[in-house]
Amino acid sequence: MNRGRLWQLIRKEFRQTLRDPRAARMMFISPVLQVLIFGFVVNTDVRHVRTIVFDRDATTESRALVAALTAADYFRVEANANTPADVVRALDHGDAVLGVEIPRGFSADLASGREASVQLLVDGSSANTANVALGYATQIISRFGLREGARVAARASTTPLPAGVDFRSRAWYNPNLKSQVYNVPGVIATVMFMMCLLLTSLAVVREREIGTLEQLMVSPLKPTELILGKTLPVVFIALVDLFLVTATALLLFDIPLRGNFALLLVAAIGYILAGLGIGLWISTVSKTQQEAFMSMFLFFLPAMFLSGFMFPIDAMPPAFQTLTLFNPMRHFLIVVRSIFLRGGGWDVLQGEIVTLYVMGAVVLLFAASRFRKTTA
Amino acid sequence: MKLSAQRLFAIARKEAMQLRRDPRSLAMGFIVPAAMILFFGYVISFDVKDIKLGVLDQDLTPRSRELVEAFQGSGWFRVTERLTRDAEVAPLLDRARVRMVVTIPSGFQAELAAGRPAPVQALVDGADANTASIALNYANSIVLAYSARAALGMQDIRPPIVVQGRVWYNETLTSSNMIVPGLIAIVMMVIAAQLTALTIAREWERGTMEQLAATPVHSAEVVLGKLLPYLVIGLIDMLAVVLIGMFVFGVPLRGNPVLLFAMATLFLIGSLGLGIWISAAIKSQLLATQTAMQATFLPSNMLSGFMYDIGNMPILLQAISHAVPARYFINVTRGIFLKGVGIPVLWAQGLAMIAFATIGLTLAVRSFRKEIE
Repeated sequence: MNRGRLWQLIRKEFRQTLRDPRAARMMFISPVLQVLIFGFVVNTDVRHVRTIVFDRDATTESRALVAALTAADYFRVEANANTPADVVRALDHGDAVLGVEIPRGFSADLASGREASVQLLVDGSSANTANVALGYATQIISRFGLREGARVAARASTTPLPAGVDFRSRAWYNPNLKSQVYNVPGVIATVMFMMCLLLTSLAVVREREIGTLEQLMVSPLKPTELILGKTLPVVFIALVDLFLVTATALLLFDIPLRGNFALLLVAAIGYILAGLGIGLWISTVSKTQQEAFMSMFLFFLPAMFLSGFMFPIDAMPPAFQTLTLFNPMRHFLIVVRSIFLRGGGWDVLQGEIVTLYVMGAVVLLFAASRFRKTTA
Repeated sequence: MKLSAQRLFAIARKEAMQLRRDPRSLAMGFIVPAAMILFFGYVISFDVKDIKLGVLDQDLTPRSRELVEAFQGSGWFRVTERLTRDAEVAPLLDRARVRMVVTIPSGFQAELAAGRPAPVQALVDGADANTASIALNYANSIVLAYSARAALGMQDIRPPIVVQGRVWYNETLTSSNMIVPGLIAIVMMVIAAQLTALTIAREWERGTMEQLAATPVHSAEVVLGKLLPYLVIGLIDMLAVVLIGMFVFGVPLRGNPVLLFAMATLFLIGSLGLGIWISAAIKSQLLATQTAMQATFLPSNMLSGFMYDIGNMPILLQAISHAVPARYFINVTRGIFLKGVGIPVLWAQGLAMIAFATIGLTLAVRSFRKEIE
């Protein structure tokens, strides 16, 4: 291998890639944009659920129940209904997600120790929100009922009621349970993978499309030098993106970085190798840049869905859970999230990091041998 | 020059032929929607159950075992680790072996019997905030129910208030009922813009644009002729997705199918027009595809209410979401599929679809006319 020749090729690659301002925009602005989107948009917290209240009782107790519902920010009363049809209309139009109906006689039932009832209607067309909202509402109302029931019982008997269980919960790693903290570091994994796949495959296919690949073939460049020259600039760009996303996450979204950044870099190299390998492989099956882009997309999308980036792996069918084990993005996401949020170190993450390097080596060697065959 | 149906169909035939010779684009047009719907329908689920739970029971009394049993028997949690020492808690959570650890300190049964508050602690892995809050929610209701029973001497008590929760439109809270109608909108938009983004750019790249300009055809004929084959593909996709949704995933179609397809046609015309406009403006197939992807995929996925509630976004993004056509179309598909509502409820969305189709077509015809001159 000749270092001078390799260096010349790398310089040429950089110049060719960065000459197109649109490409540069894609490489450096789009990652930041994605962080912003995932930071601001992907918010799975259920808050301020739009609620319509149909209070047929209209007593101090029924109003206290509504106040208890809205006290904790989970529900916001948008309207008060006067007829059952108002509730139906609000749910049909999507003006409200939850309808609360307090029947007449609610407070009388409570006071006399009879069973009081409350009806909840929830719009299930958004299943996740519906599920969580129904859970919150049921809990708040039950607790309200136990408190009121205890008051009634205490008035009736002379001995105080037993206190029951004092349940305290604490969330580790993300005490305020903000979904950004989980999602933003994940963007590192998707952005780097996308760059590796796209830039590597385009760098080779572009030469083939313009017809300059033959020129490179007849030049004294060795195949290994050609592969290195094509991939090293991509490694550099992927690492720049890693820093870019990390900086945006830390500065803009206050995401904690509790672990060792150097360890993240070590894992990232293994991950990049896998990405380069797949990119190179795509380049061997595509004749035009257009084809390469589409193949990249057909590969990237399932990889993203099966990584645990947006959808929890635990909830997938067992066969797909097994499939995710072959996805480098899954392993890198575990590393990223562990290092950022849990402060995970080598002792915790060695399995994932070794897996990434093994995958990277296997894929890259396979792709490189194919690449030699198709170009030779 | 008057519009001629014959010339329009001639262009449509040429376009269809060209499309047939481009198997990868064609595959994109049919395989991507089918794969997406099967994938989303089978694999993606927001249901949280079988949460891995670690238990540190320092009391080891009948009462504490009953509480653990209440967690195990709820169906929401699965006790996978039983701990004996405090020091074991942190490594379990650090390695994400369990989602939650419940600690019952010694003296639990004694405190309960004495009528004093008996402390129980839960540590939840908050990294995945969504799952964590659902898990906490479940844990709270389990402990609440247990506490009420324990306070009254473990007899089955009648709760003072009975909450009757009913879910409308999607009674079983199945994820696929929510995902499939939304997915129709996403697939339509992405495929439409993606496929058409190629058409004009391809003519430019191959140098056939000048030939097309020199032939005696009206620019509206070219645009409509180019739209037609893609509109057919889009409607076939739509039909396939609707049928798969109904018969494979059992999503109910409660409203009027004719209204659904009428709205879908308008939405498709708008998306196709958008694709042609992008294609004419950029002139390179590669960049046109990339631009179309960024202009359609990200906003329709993220800002349409498909997966993430618009009400939770910052005000600025909520305002921007009003400019995302998929947002309105998702209201239409969910409304017709799940709620069974018709024009009285969906008229505003219908107007939005008409506006989108008009804007898309106008942009397409105008950009094309300008390019040729």
